[in-house]
Amino acid sequence: MNPWLHASLYAVVVVTVLMTCTAWATWIERKFAGRVQSRLGPTRVGFVGLLQPIADALKLLQKEDIVPAAADRILFNLAPPLTVALALATAAVIPFSPGLLASDLDVGVLYVLAVSGLMVFPVWIGAWASNNKYALLGAMRAVAQAISYEVPLLLATTIPILLADTMSVSGIVEYQRDHGWFIGRPFGIGLAAFAIFFVASMAENNRIPFDTPEAESELVSGPTTEYTGMKFGLFYMAEYVHSIVVAALGAALFFGGWDGPGAPGLHWMVLKTVVLWTITLGLRWTLLRFRTDQMMNLCWRFLVPASLVVLMAAALWVHLVEGA
Amino acid sequence: MPTHPVLAQSALAQSALAQSALDPSVLDPSVLDPSVLDAWIPAIIFMALSLGVGLSMVIGARILGVRSREMPATRGLTYESGEEPQGVAWIRFHPRYYVVALVFVLFDVEAAFVLPWALNVRSLGLFAIVEMFVFLLVLLLGWAYAVRKGALEWQ
Repeated sequence: MNPWLHASLYAVVVVTVLMTCTAWATWIERKFAGRVQSRLGPTRVGFVGLLQPIADALKLLQKEDIVPAAADRILFNLAPPLTVALALATAAVIPFSPGLLASDLDVGVLYVLAVSGLMVFPVWIGAWASNNKYALLGAMRAVAQAISYEVPLLLATTIPILLADTMSVSGIVEYQRDHGWFIGRPFGIGLAAFAIFFVASMAENNRIPFDTPEAESELVSGPTTEYTGMKFGLFYMAEYVHSIVVAALGAALFFGGWDGPGAPGLHWMVLKTVVLWTITLGLRWTLLRFRTDQMMNLCWRFLVPASLVVLMAAALWVHLVEGA
Repeated sequence: MPTHPVLAQSALAQSALAQSALDPSVLDPSVLDPSVLDAWIPAIIFMALSLGVGLSMVIGARILGVRSREMPATRGLTYESGEEPQGVAWIRFHPRYYVVALVFVLFDVEAAFVLPWALNVRSLGLFAIVEMFVFLLVLLLGWAYAVRKGALEWQ
């Protein structure tokens, strides 16, 4: 088949599936939150509220789009599509099964980190363009937090790269299929790397307990304060897409991706992604929000030196055990 | 001809670099495997599609969304807890964010060294590991200095 057509088809399929998953991820989250807080969650639209995401999307589409008079119109309108574009684009290199991935880049891991690293820009652009003090404060926190946790995130993802000797995500998965999953194989090292990766990626995504940028009790709604209707919805969507992609990336880098006995690769990959994503969900609805200074301390005083030490340990392991 | 001694030196260094024993095949474009770039075509299509999704949703909301015939002056006001907004938000902000950015640059540049190193540890052997240990130790010293100086304190 024509490679352009082939690539376009894959991209359409992956983006469509991802956006559908995102829509119903909001339903799962609201049901989950409801159960945690002893209520029912959405029940009215469709059977057990299953059509709620569609109703939400229709509502957001119809809402009046208000741009504050004091805002910078161009930047204000540019930020929401940019944030959702970057969040979706990270999914391009995630292997869902041996053959099912949009693009097998040989620098796949670096690509994900680079594109998700760019996600601080739309947040900052939107908040600065809003000309709102709450938005600016929230965005400053978001940027400080994102770039701080970028460092341990990068070092933690270097460890699978080091162990598998490749930067391609599918290459890392294939290595784990042959040599064992990284979560358990260099005993302790893989687990520590995954723990750092998990905490840092949650913080990057501004999920509770790391959601000080949005802290609704002090900053109204953080960077998205001035956004209405679908533009607000796009920020919200980007956060969900990113959380799913990060769960999929964690599954691929540390839990062997599509590798598993007895079932097709796609089933294993989906199962692992859903489990990881549900864990972030559980943390979100049971933990309290950290203060900004506590979060900065956690990152700079603990995660950064810890990730450096784990990286050194992984290098030593490769040298001593594998005899490289 | 540059007359200043420093300029003359740098010109000399450049010509020496040009004539150095760099393997010409490294820079020869005919040796570059063009299929390396082919892998990027799907990624670029994917990025374009993602941007298209974002833009189409904004445009869709513009078409489907309701719009008031006349905009009350208060609706365009910036939200400030129900008060009239005081001044603008485009102001200078606290320098502690600047310090965070500086420390971030310190550690992020290191990634430029760590990533290629991680891919070549196996072929380079013990020498590369010791080298990287020295580098990371220096980096950890810098980290300890920043901690002692209070650069990582969040006042």
